[in-house]
Amino acid sequence: MRSLLPILTVLAAILVIWYGAAMKLNAAWTYDQAARAGTDPTFVDVINDTMAQERPVLPPPHQVAKGLWDGLTAQAITSKRSLVWHGWVTLSATMLGFAVGAGLGIVLAIGIVHNRAMDLSVMPWAIASQTVPILAIAPMVIVVLASLNITGIVPKAIISAYLSFFPVLVGMVKGLRSPDAMQLDLLHTYNASGAKTLWKLRLPSSMPYLFASLKVAIAASLVGTIVGELPAGATAGLGARLLSGSYYGQTVQIWSALFAAAGLAAGLVIIVSIIERLVLRRMGAVQ
Amino acid sequence: MIWFWGAILFWLVAMAVNTRIARRHGNEPWAQLLIPALFGVTVLVLWEGTVRGLQVPSVILPAPSVIWDRIIASLPTLWEDFVQTILKGALSGYLIGCGAAILTAIVVDRFPFLQRGLLPVGNFVAALPIVGIAPILVMWFGFDWQSKAAVVVVMVFFPVLVNTVAGLAATDRMQRDQMATWSASYAQSLLKLRLPAAMPFVFNGLKIATTLALIGAIVAEFFGSPIRGMGFRISTSVGQLALDMVWAEIAVAALAGSAFYGLVALIEKSVTFWHPSQRGRG
Repeated sequence: MRSLLPILTVLAAILVIWYGAAMKLNAAWTYDQAARAGTDPTFVDVINDTMAQERPVLPPPHQVAKGLWDGLTAQAITSKRSLVWHGWVTLSATMLGFAVGAGLGIVLAIGIVHNRAMDLSVMPWAIASQTVPILAIAPMVIVVLASLNITGIVPKAIISAYLSFFPVLVGMVKGLRSPDAMQLDLLHTYNASGAKTLWKLRLPSSMPYLFASLKVAIAASLVGTIVGELPAGATAGLGARLLSGSYYGQTVQIWSALFAAAGLAAGLVIIVSIIERLVLRRMGAVQ
Repeated sequence: MIWFWGAILFWLVAMAVNTRIARRHGNEPWAQLLIPALFGVTVLVLWEGTVRGLQVPSVILPAPSVIWDRIIASLPTLWEDFVQTILKGALSGYLIGCGAAILTAIVVDRFPFLQRGLLPVGNFVAALPIVGIAPILVMWFGFDWQSKAAVVVVMVFFPVLVNTVAGLAATDRMQRDQMATWSASYAQSLLKLRLPAAMPFVFNGLKIATTLALIGAIVAEFFGSPIRGMGFRISTSVGQLALDMVWAEIAVAALAGSAFYGLVALIEKSVTFWHPSQRGRG
């Protein structure tokens, strides 16, 4: 709780800077309108106007908050203007992709730890692939699969699975290798089989690594889904909301979609953290 | 069909060879280069053989040889896109963003109050889908590379900031006491002890940021760009179903990404030669 005051101070500072920037950036439009109408706005008029424009350059926080609140509650959640509906579209693809990607990552990591040839051939590529901007091919995957008549949730889930796969693979290989030689020797003296060693020693000791990479992976798979929703034609999801906002100059819509995505990302990471704490406590790793 | 079965045969043989080499010579340096190389070649052969043997239409997946021809045929275009996206957009944004993050980290480190407030916020922001601000920044800074650089600045800022702050806290009490007994000033102890000690952390952040920089620069171009640039080329070629061009751009992006990462890793090696992770491997 000692850090609560500093955090609040920083957040307050961000709000103040934001309001200041909104006034400065939106004032140009106000002066322009006033010059056309032939009036001479007072300073107070300018401030009032910059706070409530239809299409501000930078919407002030209260407009974003209002846009977010309207998006979340003002419509029925099945409406195409509801952020809950768009968020659900994004979330469902993210969860499917995350489950597939993380599952494959864990399975392949187990294979790599037990098979030296697989380790030597796959691992360098897995690590090298982290340096490649995979996200950039996301629109291509969508279009290609659409030409094969595969649309909807699956193409987006493929991208988010791909993005969550590598962090889990790399983290899990590290985790499964984390037991030291002494512990492995002990199981050897018990005449434990490979499967037994995996189940009783390697998997439990990989848990901290697994959760650390799951947190990275779930954030990455959400980003993957959102970028996957960007190509033209997508009409549902937070990414499509961002794109249509940018086409029609609806800045408030962009910002509220952005904050909805941020909230979703934060929520997902927090859920993984809670599961992590429960699992580690159950294992006796944390008090 | 001969292509397809040939590719499968090659795969089986290569797998057998790899397994054999791994079992016999798995710890020797040449084997550790040869095995992944053979694996990579196998993937290419399987790809080529499947596409040719099953006659996959090139609007779905072009064969590697077709992609290679396309790369050779359109080198000037690829170079123009590379300059626009990587050199102008990603690199300038990367330098500005990382520089700003390191300077901010040094300021933050001076004031513990700021550190306690900014770090949780920075950690939170680092996990957010920041690419989403791309449309906003494209609106503000126009379609040319400046808006791409701005997206990259925002994307790389927080990972580098968080890592640098963690790095500046990496010295232990004894080392700082030693500096104090030499009556070193704040600047001296920062320059001679704490910044060098922070370097492994800083470089960790810089390496994460290389990939983010490329992603930011390419994705920002989907929201509007002049008629050159890798993101522009990818999105228009997808529209024309010219998938060989898309794959050519992907190959360039992959190469540029690995080269960028490798460059930062090389600099890291010469700067943090003293660190345990860099020693003992030479």
